Amino acid sequence: MQERHRLGEEEITRELFRPLVTTTPMMWVGFIGLGAVLAIFVFAVSWMFYWGLGVTGLQRPNMWGFMIVNFVFWIGISHAGVMISAILRLTQAEWRRPVTRAAEVMTIFSLMTAMLHPVIHTGRPWRTLYWVFPYDFWRNLWPDVRGPLVWDPSAILTYLTGSTLFLYTTMIPDMALARDRTTGWRRVLYTILALGWRGNERQWKMQTIAGFLLSGLILPVFVSVHSIVSWDFAVSLVPTWHATVFAPYFVIGAIHSGVSAVVTLMALMRWLFRFDNYIRLEHFDAIGRLLIAVGTGWLWFFLLDIFFAIYPQEARELEIMQFRLFQWPFNVLTALIFIFGYFIPVPIWIFQRFRRNVKIMFWTSILVNVGMWAERYWLIKPGLMRKYEWTFDWNWYRPSIVEVSIVLGSFALVGFLLLVFSKIFPPISVWEEKEGQHFAQQLQVGKRVVNAIVREF
Amino acid sequence: MAIREVLGLYRDLDSAIAAADALREAGFSRSEFEVLSNAPYPEGTFGEESGIHRLFVFPLIGAACGFAAGLLITGGTQLSFPLLTGGKPLLSIPPMIIIMYEGTMLGALIFTVLGVLFESRLPWIGRALYDPRITAGYIGILVRTAPEREAKAIEALQKANPEDILTENGNVGRQPARS
Repeated sequence: MQERHRLGEEEITRELFRPLVTTTPMMWVGFIGLGAVLAIFVFAVSWMFYWGLGVTGLQRPNMWGFMIVNFVFWIGISHAGVMISAILRLTQAEWRRPVTRAAEVMTIFSLMTAMLHPVIHTGRPWRTLYWVFPYDFWRNLWPDVRGPLVWDPSAILTYLTGSTLFLYTTMIPDMALARDRTTGWRRVLYTILALGWRGNERQWKMQTIAGFLLSGLILPVFVSVHSIVSWDFAVSLVPTWHATVFAPYFVIGAIHSGVSAVVTLMALMRWLFRFDNYIRLEHFDAIGRLLIAVGTGWLWFFLLDIFFAIYPQEARELEIMQFRLFQWPFNVLTALIFIFGYFIPVPIWIFQRFRRNVKIMFWTSILVNVGMWAERYWLIKPGLMRKYEWTFDWNWYRPSIVEVSIVLGSFALVGFLLLVFSKIFPPISVWEEKEGQHFAQQLQVGKRVVNAIVREF
Repeated sequence: MAIREVLGLYRDLDSAIAAADALREAGFSRSEFEVLSNAPYPEGTFGEESGIHRLFVFPLIGAACGFAAGLLITGGTQLSFPLLTGGKPLLSIPPMIIIMYEGTMLGALIFTVLGVLFESRLPWIGRALYDPRITAGYIGILVRTAPEREAKAIEALQKANPEDILTENGNVGRQPARS
């Protein structure tokens, strides 16, 4: 059921531009709170750069820890943004309009945050740049393309570039609107970004086709990125990592956590910016239904991963799987993943009255992402915390306060960037909302008046 | 030959369509005027024909370029520094496919956006009559015609009850429609 209100052009513009011109007390709380956590993040990273990786819990054989877990988590979050946007555009789903912009922005900031992690994880990021750029042409040395650590940046950079272009292309008409309504530095900025947009028939036609074309192109990239991230692990010989099911499993996990993050974002936008007229209960209802399917798909792959580890009866795999399922703290983590990732949220989402309750949707989406972060840790760490053949190292991994600060700070970083974006650009696509209003109709069907949308096929 | 511009602003869709019809009745071809709006309308709303564009060519060219770049990086680097590993073939095809795939998609994405900008004639840095009220919801009909037909264009635009009419010499203002 559509609960769309008829809104005037000026009303839509004024309401959607509100975050740009007014800063509510809640937004100030957000800026100050997230800024404070971000300061801790910067301090922790600086501390680590100064003293070296010794201040983290990393040691042999635990060479990958919280930072890589967090990297995988943020790559996952970045997935659903563009996926939701692209699929809804391709299918011309009407409820896409208030969701797409914020979801695309979340994708970009999550990706940027994710990319930060492997770089700071080197401990000496300035040397990383030296190693990577430029290639050593003089000595004819090249990166080995057979290594997954080369595939990974190529996929992520493709996704980041594609997502940024996708977002920018759909923002051009709104930049023209902002250009025509602002003064000072904002006018200069929007004039540059609007590229002289005037809104003639040809420009609108190209804008419409671009939405379809870019959606069609970005979707295969979205699938490839998390597949390739999963191969960082799957092409190694580490037990429980070396699994063919990892690629689809990572992708469905990314969608589960990412779509949940979109729900979190929708609720926050509704509360912070008072976008009740745009992000309506029907949107939570629709995305809740999607999450039931996605969550159940994720559960299936989660169980498959366990099954494939046990079925071949290989001693090393069984050893790690036993460690994961029955030994502290991974046994608790297993339960937590199941309960938070599926058994609390999904039964709740089955009921429409809960799907249409913003607070319940918000907290269940948070629960899913707590579960999904734990799942990433559960996937990555136990395989490393074992005794290797021909080595004497077999240590536990205990994350240090520095790593905990970096993880918490990454959430603050994404939140802070999203808030800053909302202060400069409209977080909901204004022209798409207006387009939706143009085509909104009310039809009399029997004794009912039905809200409908005229759509061209 | 000098071209003069006239911009009529209309509050609603019906008036704008009436203005487009009036211009056609006055002998203006569809290529002599364009409709400016703040949101898309279905193609043909203002009587325009489906314009020819080559946007679909751009992603194909981009994909070909990206594929070639991917092939060059993967194949080229392996051949440039031949490092045999475990007696396996020098060119390792599966990793090459991954990088070539990403290169292909990246090329297609970049060229699509370039194509959109090219076909939309953006960035536009020329001077043309424009009014910020268009992004506020008014529909603009911009006529580009010979100086001797400017008065005729203004007359046609005024038939559809415009909110305002702008010319290069200034504001003509709202005139009562002639019967």
